[in-house]
Amino acid sequence: MYPEDLKYSKEHEWVRVNGNIAEIGITVFAQESLGDVVFVDLPAVGSEVEQFAKFGEIESVKAVSDLFSPVGGTIVEVNDSATDSPEVVNDDTYGSGWLIKVELSDTAQLDELMDATTYEGTLE
Amino acid sequence: MTITTGANEIDRRLLMDRSMAGRKAFTVPISDVPDQDLPNDELLRDDLELPEVSQLEVIRYFSVLSQRNFSIDTNFYPLGSCTMKYNPKINDELASLPGLADIHPLQPDETVQGALRLLKDLQDCLGEITALPGVSLAPLAGAQGEYAGLLVARAYHDSRGDSARTVAIVPDSAHGTNPASAAMAGLDVVTVRSNEHGNIDVQNLRELANENTAVFMLTIPSTLGLFEPNILEITKIIHDAGGLVYADGANLNALLGLVKLGDLGVDICHSNLHKTFSTPHGGGGPGSGPVMVAEELSEFLPKPVAELTDDGYVLATPKNSIGSINGFHGSFSIAARAYAYIKALGIEGLQSVSENAIIGANYIQAKLKDKYNLAADRYCMHETVLSATRQKKRGVGGLDIAKRLLDFGIHAPTMYFPLIVDEALMIEPTESESKETLDHFIAVMRQIDDEIDSSPELIHEAPHDLPVTRLDEATAARKPILRWSADE
Repeated sequence: MYPEDLKYSKEHEWVRVNGNIAEIGITVFAQESLGDVVFVDLPAVGSEVEQFAKFGEIESVKAVSDLFSPVGGTIVEVNDSATDSPEVVNDDTYGSGWLIKVELSDTAQLDELMDATTYEGTLE
Repeated sequence: MTITTGANEIDRRLLMDRSMAGRKAFTVPISDVPDQDLPNDELLRDDLELPEVSQLEVIRYFSVLSQRNFSIDTNFYPLGSCTMKYNPKINDELASLPGLADIHPLQPDETVQGALRLLKDLQDCLGEITALPGVSLAPLAGAQGEYAGLLVARAYHDSRGDSARTVAIVPDSAHGTNPASAAMAGLDVVTVRSNEHGNIDVQNLRELANENTAVFMLTIPSTLGLFEPNILEITKIIHDAGGLVYADGANLNALLGLVKLGDLGVDICHSNLHKTFSTPHGGGGPGSGPVMVAEELSEFLPKPVAELTDDGYVLATPKNSIGSINGFHGSFSIAARAYAYIKALGIEGLQSVSENAIIGANYIQAKLKDKYNLAADRYCMHETVLSATRQKKRGVGGLDIAKRLLDFGIHAPTMYFPLIVDEALMIEPTESESKETLDHFIAVMRQIDDEIDSSPELIHEAPHDLPVTRLDEATAARKPILRWSADE
């Protein structure tokens, strides 16, 4: 449910770090709480996002929720297949359901995120 | 081929699907004027897809559709936050009187004195009910009332040269219209948290209120159906910071004759006449969302405002009005219905409306709280918010429960709102319902909880007995088909 190699935020986003690029998505907990995702609104490539600031919106059959970036930096890539086929967020949450890739402005920000065990502990 | 009994595909066909080339519902009379050549026959199209059906088929199609309407006139409708109360038929009768129904908005004021008096009297009633005496009936719905109220707040600050106030503080439990209206009014939205009791986190509010605060928007009672016990402290914090307090009157049905918003320190509010004052709702609208303000804000109200002058009743423009927010005077026929309701009940009648609405909701809450978790375990006001988390652990979510209720002829409660409550089911019975109806609802809710363990498939596949069964909402939202097309 919560892969060990990822970092997690209290707003239920995950981060996969590869060099200075952070791949970001929502967790299984968020995905299951939302239910079927029907719309994803992502920012433009090249825009800046601050750590823990809103970067987009996600809409499910239940509700519209804000997406918060676990790290700050420049958005270098967004997942067009998530906007075209939002079901990938439900079907492959940690894989093809990723949302944005951010070039980290400060890798020290990663220290403010949780590991899988700690994150899972917050869900109880 | 075997033909199935009951509602079947033949009944479900759209009018277009019933079309047979050459079939007609109407015969055009023989022309008794000379034929004319059209100036440009390229304007004529013969490729329009129109249904070709008989008159009986048209009548049958719409009659069957009308029988599928679900309404407060046919069924219990505990849709939280919507106040689906009975709309007394005398409201419609009175609003249909020729002096009210057959007048034109452009008629000179002196020819519609009775109608203008009705508007002035209704303004006074709403001013009295809320202790906010400046009233404009112009807004056409609750959200437009919010928008108008926020523009009034901005105009007030601007008039004092206090233009740095650009922030609206909105609770995390608010109706989505609150932040949306604030954004439309050009304000930046900041969220204040609720605490574990479902109240505003006062300490958090204190940190957020400052010289940039234009307005704090608060729903009273809250969307959790709870009265805010710290309301006087809250309005003081905002006023001390120089801001105004906006009360979303969506839940005014809990306060009539009991609490006046102005007495709590509220500066601006709106009321949804189609909720609290028993006018038609939803698709049966139109809505109406009058805005009420404190005396010192009334010069900014949207126009027109009905006034009594030495020359009789007139429609006036307040001195520093934010202007028109729509054509003419708002929903006049709805104002007439609300006026009939208020005058029929009087202040004592209105008070018993709220008392009975509160008793009904608390009765349901008390009878269900051993089976369903509550968003907040304390007395509620006119609605109660259940949290179906115990049911969710056993495999049935709020949506499933709502769908199963349909099988019992009960409208689904509001689901998954407020957003801060997991698996929320928001139930508002209103004052209109008898104890027997409430008991039936309670028994059904308890039975559904039992069915989770005894026959879960009944719930997962519900509804069973409606013209359509469980809908695929995800596909409908992802790949909507919004118009009829000959190709599909």
